[in-house]
Amino acid sequence: MEEIFVPEPEESLPGISVNNNQGLLQWISSVDHKQIGIMYLWLSMLFLLVGGTEILLVRIQLAVPNNHFLGPEIYNQLFTMHGTTMIFFVLMPAIFGFATYFVPLMTGANDMAFPRLNALSFWATFFGGFMLYFSFLAGGAPDAGWFNYAPLNQYNYSSSPGVNYYCSGLLLAGIGSVTASANFIVTILKYRVHTMRLKQLPVFVWMVLINSFLVLAAFPALNAALVMLLLDRQLHAHFFNPAAGGSAILWQHLFWLFGHPEVYILILPVFGIFSEVIPVFSRKPIFGYAFIVGSGMAIALLAFGVWIHHMFATGLGNIVNSFFSASSLLIGVPTGIKIFSWLATMYGGSIRFKVPMLFAIAFLVEFTIGGLSGISFALVPIDWQLTDTYYVVAHIHYVFIGGSLFGLLSGLFYWFPKMSGHLINEKLGKWFFWLFVIGFNLTFLVQHALGAMGMTRRVYTYPDLPGWGILNMISTIGGFLMAIAVGLLVYIVVKALKSGEKATSDPWDANTLEWATSSPPALKNFEQVIPVKSLRPYRDYKRPDDADWLKTDQNGK
Amino acid sequence: MANRLLIKLIVGTEAMFFLSLIMAYIYFSYLPGYHSGQEYSLDVKSTAIFSICLFFSSFTFWRAETNYRKGEIKRLKFWLLFTIALGVVFLFGQGREYLKLFNQNINISSSMFGTSFFTLTGFHGLHVIVGLIVIGIITCLTFLGDFNNSKSSVISSVGIYWHFVDIVWLFVFMIVYIIPHL
Repeated sequence: MEEIFVPEPEESLPGISVNNNQGLLQWISSVDHKQIGIMYLWLSMLFLLVGGTEILLVRIQLAVPNNHFLGPEIYNQLFTMHGTTMIFFVLMPAIFGFATYFVPLMTGANDMAFPRLNALSFWATFFGGFMLYFSFLAGGAPDAGWFNYAPLNQYNYSSSPGVNYYCSGLLLAGIGSVTASANFIVTILKYRVHTMRLKQLPVFVWMVLINSFLVLAAFPALNAALVMLLLDRQLHAHFFNPAAGGSAILWQHLFWLFGHPEVYILILPVFGIFSEVIPVFSRKPIFGYAFIVGSGMAIALLAFGVWIHHMFATGLGNIVNSFFSASSLLIGVPTGIKIFSWLATMYGGSIRFKVPMLFAIAFLVEFTIGGLSGISFALVPIDWQLTDTYYVVAHIHYVFIGGSLFGLLSGLFYWFPKMSGHLINEKLGKWFFWLFVIGFNLTFLVQHALGAMGMTRRVYTYPDLPGWGILNMISTIGGFLMAIAVGLLVYIVVKALKSGEKATSDPWDANTLEWATSSPPALKNFEQVIPVKSLRPYRDYKRPDDADWLKTDQNGK
Repeated sequence: MANRLLIKLIVGTEAMFFLSLIMAYIYFSYLPGYHSGQEYSLDVKSTAIFSICLFFSSFTFWRAETNYRKGEIKRLKFWLLFTIALGVVFLFGQGREYLKLFNQNINISSSMFGTSFFTLTGFHGLHVIVGLIVIGIITCLTFLGDFNNSKSSVISSVGIYWHFVDIVWLFVFMIVYIIPHL
């Protein structure tokens, strides 16, 4: 029998050659949490470019009234694929990538609890994404929107196989997310260094922990809905087909029972990233640690009690609507607590305006705008007026880009030196920041107005009404600015990897354990972990005379 | 104990999955499209007997676990085989029920009852099959001598899953078979 052999990694960052077993083959067979984390991030970057290209085509179509650049069929496929890609294959993998890479490092562990399960999670996500995109070759992409409402998702309305690929792709990726989350919980609870108490977990790790429970509780609802839909389409079951006695509204219940927690799944770890970045660049301890963690738990619990606010227009009755309107308004409270805690962390600090911190500050502004437009949707009459208009599109992008993506970019610039061992050019980074932020606001701020003027989303063209043409043109120009910015980001990252200045192990003078390793960390993360006696163990180690645990009133207790 | 925590988390997320299917089943039973009457085609008595086999398999697996902890490998083998046999009998019963319904032209596309019944019990049956495969694997490993020292948490982890599958059936059986006949 021929001997089969799985290459063992020799260095922490293998190349990408195909001629020996320390290149691409090593990445593919890797069970190392750092290499898997990096692969998650590249996957996310790849799909960011794909999903971005799709929406640029959509923006070209919408640039002028009565345009015929794209037909309605291809338009439906493009916006559906854009939404599905950005949520499930850009934001999710990026969040899981950072968590896979940094949860073990920040808790003093040498790997995830189950390294092979970790690899399985990544490859399930990877093939889920490619399965979704295979639909283009198989006769047409899904075209019923990213939330894929019934009965539009039924065979009579979408007869191309696209929706089948939507179901199987998301099921596969969903299995990856669930297994990864179970892995995170076990790693954090059982494998962190034994001196680290729960009250000393970095906020990012806390948020990943809370988030993982959210994933475990929310994804089954999506998976159940997806298998029901597959049964509908392949075996002629009738779950969502009202004509045969099924219920279209059941899809909405199941989808949003998953979908609203999903929104928080995409933001909680990002709150964690900001809670690492803001104290480091303000050179102060985090303000209100217990409140930031506690409000994260509150958000996770409330997440399961607000899904009907996506369904106010379906006519469930005033009592139901009032209840969910009140619960949705409640969400503003824990989120507000976090915003004020970050502001208080910055207050009086000596702030370094590096790129990660710039994104954190921009986030505070943009996310608050997104939060305010969100609050307006909790009010039933306003929701009835604005639902399915561009106001919703503006809102979702202010929270997903201004919130989640800014956080991931902040994390990328913050942790890049640790992951790659190279520094990113600060000047180019600032160019990217300003281009992206200006482009983003140009694109989406005007869409609030378009929505209020009554422009409906998901229609491939629009009549030449006063103001609509010019506002859409501004939006398209903003979209192209963002595209240029993303191109610049790819250039910056590749340039830094190829010829960037070598990074020291601790370029930002940071606080947590991951910075106590070399840059990039060795294959075995820690030979020995420095003592953990407070929230900022690495700072204590660097400044033993000024250690947090010496001060009784600080977080060291 | 990491293994046991992992399997508890997976069981928790699976429970949410079955909760969604069960809620859908209950929801449809209130809709006008649900053909009331078809649930009377179900063979409650023989399914009750097959259900008792499945519930009893939880007991036999528990015996397997206890004997493993005591290091009694021979008895471990006996109780594992007994568990597999009971699981297979349950699946046989389910197959028999399905065939009977198919002969009466009740299937997944015939009515709302068919859609929700076959989806709910079908997914439970799939979980039983997965459980039997896993128990089959640990039985093979036991015969190969892998469990001769009693320190592994594998058998008790598989136990958590197997008991879960039984508890799900308890709910499904109550909701699908018992309550409509009260």
